[in-house]
Amino acid sequence: MRMLINVPETVVSDALRGMAAAHPELQVDVENRVVMRRDAPVAGRVALVSGGGSGHEPLHGGFVGPGMLSAACPGEVFTSPVPDQMVRAAAAVDSGAGVLFIVKNYTGDVLNFDMAAELAEDEGIRVAKVLVNDDVAVVDSLFTAGRRGTGATLFVEKIAGAAAEAGAPLEEVEAIARRVNDSARSFGVALSSVTTPAKGTPTFDLPPGELELGIGIHGEPGRERRPMMTSREIADFAVHTVLEDRPPTGPVLVLVNGMGATPLLELYGFNAEVQRVLTERGVAVARTLVGNYVTSLDMAGCSVTICQVDEQMLTLWDAPVQTPGLRWGR
Amino acid sequence: MLDAEFFLRWLARSKDLIDQQAGHLTELDSAIGDADHGSNLQRGFTAVLAALERDSPTTPGAVLTLAGRQLISTVGGASGPLYGTLLRRTGKALGDAVEVTPQQFGDALRAGVAAVAQLGGAQPGDKTMVDALEPAAAALDGTSGAFAAAREAAAKGARETVPMVARKGRASYLGERSAGHEDPGAASSALIVAALADGAEGIR
Repeated sequence: MRMLINVPETVVSDALRGMAAAHPELQVDVENRVVMRRDAPVAGRVALVSGGGSGHEPLHGGFVGPGMLSAACPGEVFTSPVPDQMVRAAAAVDSGAGVLFIVKNYTGDVLNFDMAAELAEDEGIRVAKVLVNDDVAVVDSLFTAGRRGTGATLFVEKIAGAAAEAGAPLEEVEAIARRVNDSARSFGVALSSVTTPAKGTPTFDLPPGELELGIGIHGEPGRERRPMMTSREIADFAVHTVLEDRPPTGPVLVLVNGMGATPLLELYGFNAEVQRVLTERGVAVARTLVGNYVTSLDMAGCSVTICQVDEQMLTLWDAPVQTPGLRWGR
Repeated sequence: MLDAEFFLRWLARSKDLIDQQAGHLTELDSAIGDADHGSNLQRGFTAVLAALERDSPTTPGAVLTLAGRQLISTVGGASGPLYGTLLRRTGKALGDAVEVTPQQFGDALRAGVAAVAQLGGAQPGDKTMVDALEPAAAALDGTSGAFAAAREAAAKGARETVPMVARKGRASYLGERSAGHEDPGAASSALIVAALADGAEGIR
C-alpha cells in the first residue's frame, strides 16, 4: 500500500502543520491538537467544540470558522481525542456564554467528552452536550452501543453554528442541535475497505463484485455483504431504509457524502438516483449538498443523510459559513 | 508484601508485552473494530513509563494513579478512559500505604474492575475487557499462586469471548458478525494480567 506520508506516528501532526499553512484564518495548535477560529473567543457568543478521530476530513477541523465550529479536537486516526484536548479547546473559545460539545455516538468519543465536560465544569465553564446518532444501519437497543454518528454531524454543526453566530443562548443552541439530530437519518455503503496508516493493509477484505451495506465511518465492516449493485439499486436501498426509519412529513436537506475515494462524477450520478427516489416517494428536497464531507480515509463508497427541516432550520442552514470545508454566503 | 517497585515492574512488563503483541492486537481489532488497538496501547504505555521515570512515585497507589492519568491523557478512544480508570481506581483504593498485601491488592483491583464495568456499562458476556478482567480479579484472593491463577483466568476469559456477540463498543455495530473473533480489549487485558503474574515471578 502506497501512502503520501512520512511515518504513521506523525500523520496527524503533519496534516495539522499543513492545514495551518493553508489556512491562516485558523489558529492551529499542532502540539496540543486543537484547531480554533482565529477570532475566538467571540464575545457574547456560545462556542461550539467538536472532535473525533482523524481520517474523516474535512470533519471536524475543516468545519471550524465563522458560522460553524469554534474549535475542533482531532484525535489519532479513527481514535477519539483525549479529554485534555477538549478542555483546552473549551477554555480557549469560551467567552463566558458557554460551550456546546458536539459528540458522535462512539464509545470512545462519549467517554472522553464526558470526562472533558466534568473537567471543564470544574474550571467554571458552562458545558452542554449533544450526541449525534443518525445511522439507521445500527439497531438501537440496550444491547449495542447505539446508533453511530455519521453524516448528520455536518447538519448539526452547521445549523447549531449559525444559531450561535446569531447570538442564541446555550440552551437554545443545544435545543436546535438536538432537534437537527432527531430529524436526521443516514445510511452508508462501502465499495472498498480503508487502509489505516498504522496497519498499512486493508481493514477488511472486500472481494471484487461485492459491497458492504450499512457501514460506519471507521472501516468497520457493515451490516451485510451483497453482490455489487448499480447506483440506482444502491440509491433505492439506502433511501428507502432511511425513509422507513423516519418518514418525513415536510421538506428535507439531503447530503450525498463521499467516503473519500469515490469521485464526484459518481457522487453526482448517485445523487441523481437519490433525487429520483425522493421524488417518487413524494419527498420535497429543500437543499442538497454533494461531496466528500464526512469521510473514512481512502474508502470508496458513499452515505446518504436526510434531515427534515422547518423554516428556522432552513434559514440557519442558508446563513453564511466560512470554513475550509464549507463556505457560502457573505 | 507488594511495594512501589513491584507495580513499576508490572507496568514495565505490560509495556513489553504490548510492544510484542501490538500487531496481533491490531489484527484482532481490524476484524471487529477499527484496527488501532495495538498502536493506541503502545502510545499509552510508552507515555506511562516516561511519566513514571520523570515523577518517580514511591507508593503503590501513586504509581497506579499516575499511570492511569497518563493513559487517559494519551490513548484516546474507549481504551484510554477504560484502562485509565482501571489503574486510577485501583491506585486510589490502595491509598497511601508504602506496601500492600496481595489480598489488599486483589480487593483494590476488584474495585478498579467494577469502575471499568460501570464506566463502559458492560457486564460479563458482552464481549469486552471485563470478560478477562473480572475472572482475573476474582482469582486474586491473597493465596500463593493467585497471580498465576489470575493469568490463567484472564487468558481463558479472553478466549471465551470468541463465540460471543458483542453488545458494547464498536464491535457491537456488527451484531452477529462479531461472533468468531476474540475481543481485542479482552486480549490486551489478558496481556496486562499476564504481566502482573510475570512481575510476581520476577520475570522482566
